[in-house]
Amino acid sequence: MTHNEQLDPRGARMKFEEGSVPLGANVLQVDGLCKWFGKKAAVRDVSFSVRRGEIVGLLGPNGAGKTTTINMILGVLAPSAGAIRVAGLDVARQRSRALAHSNFAAVYASLPGNLTVAQNLHVFGLIYNVGALSQRIEELLAQFELRDLRHTKCGLLSSGETTRVNLAKALLNRPELLLLDEPTASLDPSSAHEARRQVQALAQGGECGILWTSHNMYEVEAVCDRVLFLSRGQILLTGDPRLLPKRHGVSNLEDLFLQIAREPLSERPEERP
Amino acid sequence: MKLRPIAGVLLRQFYLLRGSPVRIIPMFAWVGIDIVLWGFLTRYLNTVGGGHIDFVPQLLGAVLFWDFLARIMQGVTVAFLEDVWSRNFLNLFATPLSIAEYVTGLVLTGIATSVLGLLVMIVLATLVFGLAFVSLGVLLAYFVLVLLVFGIVLGILCSAMVLRWGPTAEWLIWPVPALLAPFAAVFYPVATLPGWMQTVASVLPPSYVFEALRSHLADRAASTGGLLGASLLTLLYLLLSAAVFASVYRHVVRSGLLARYSAESPG
Repeated sequence: MTHNEQLDPRGARMKFEEGSVPLGANVLQVDGLCKWFGKKAAVRDVSFSVRRGEIVGLLGPNGAGKTTTINMILGVLAPSAGAIRVAGLDVARQRSRALAHSNFAAVYASLPGNLTVAQNLHVFGLIYNVGALSQRIEELLAQFELRDLRHTKCGLLSSGETTRVNLAKALLNRPELLLLDEPTASLDPSSAHEARRQVQALAQGGECGILWTSHNMYEVEAVCDRVLFLSRGQILLTGDPRLLPKRHGVSNLEDLFLQIAREPLSERPEERP
Repeated sequence: MKLRPIAGVLLRQFYLLRGSPVRIIPMFAWVGIDIVLWGFLTRYLNTVGGGHIDFVPQLLGAVLFWDFLARIMQGVTVAFLEDVWSRNFLNLFATPLSIAEYVTGLVLTGIATSVLGLLVMIVLATLVFGLAFVSLGVLLAYFVLVLLVFGIVLGILCSAMVLRWGPTAEWLIWPVPALLAPFAAVFYPVATLPGWMQTVASVLPPSYVFEALRSHLADRAASTGGLLGASLLTLLYLLLSAAVFASVYRHVVRSGLLARYSAESPG
């Protein structure tokens, strides 16, 4: 099978144009991903995929390797080994073309505070080479209730408003892969609920596949179709967040998280020989 | 390279300038102050010098050209530093924007801002102090071109330094024009310098520009070989600076410095 051929969930072969992924096919394919910082392994042999239309939760305690993994998918950190394909395109070899199909929002990567909401969206819309940009910006301003804030500098926005602007930026190019690193971390329950609803609608509408990191297990259970538990740079568990707890003899996902965080891998982090 | 991503980088700088007089004023103020200060000094020197040497083109012309080079370097570097100051690297480099497109955007910003400063300097120097630039003829275009490209080279190299060594390296780049000025022989002939400084001067394209300026003012023909060598050196440095920036970028992506750049990143 070529990189532009995949098996659908029922095992049938799907063929698609490079960079145009059908519903149910992988928008993200990570194979044998490793990242070493000197002798320390931050990510070890991580492999997973995200299909168009699904939300996959990337969970784990602080320092587990979640953000390192996301940074490699975003192309701002080079893997020590392994391959990452976005919409069938190799991020290492076809960086610009691959990244044109993805976008991200992270609580630690807000847009420049010295530009207004509309200015930031215009700048990033050009950088992502978005067609009919003004119309797209209007759609997003309406979708995230940002019309009244269009002329407000991003540095003056509240946490909730900043999150909405980051999400609007993340959807500018109608990405097939959306990476959300703790997108609701600084939101009040109502704003967080609204943000989750909008992101879920995107996945359910088949617009993209989503990789979501969060420390809020309630949120993960409510939003994610599948979760990957990462600890010390390795995937320990994968599965349906609603079924995993029972399978591991705990009552909920938070208890499972605590169990994994407190009893990590029996071995010490692997060191390079 | 695609044009729209480059336009995005330029538009960001335009929005910043449009929204902040604090960014616009220095583009004109410092060059204006320099021209006024050196203009009166040259006028005074002409008075006490008994008219044997016209200091206006000798000194004021040299100041103007050197300021132009420094402004281009700073124009490119400040455009880069705007992304450092606003912790924008993750947003920028996780996009399809290529390094070539990004650097092109920075360079175009540097050119646009420094050419505005150059125009202000020329108008002031001509109207107030009678500097006759037109007399340079085709040499003027040559001087501007070599200094423009060399200023871009310095701007790219200084940006690479900050990318490699972190935001605190910003303090290393501001003195660069002042450090180079003695070697570039801005105000005196290269022959004035001791041997080792002449060797350094021989690999700095601006030194050929200022030698040619002095030759022209003394009614001597500028060294064609020197001017040709300066052009080739400048082009070589431009290619090298682009290669250095690309190499530094690859290093910071490999080492993880780029991903955690917003935190101070020493080596």
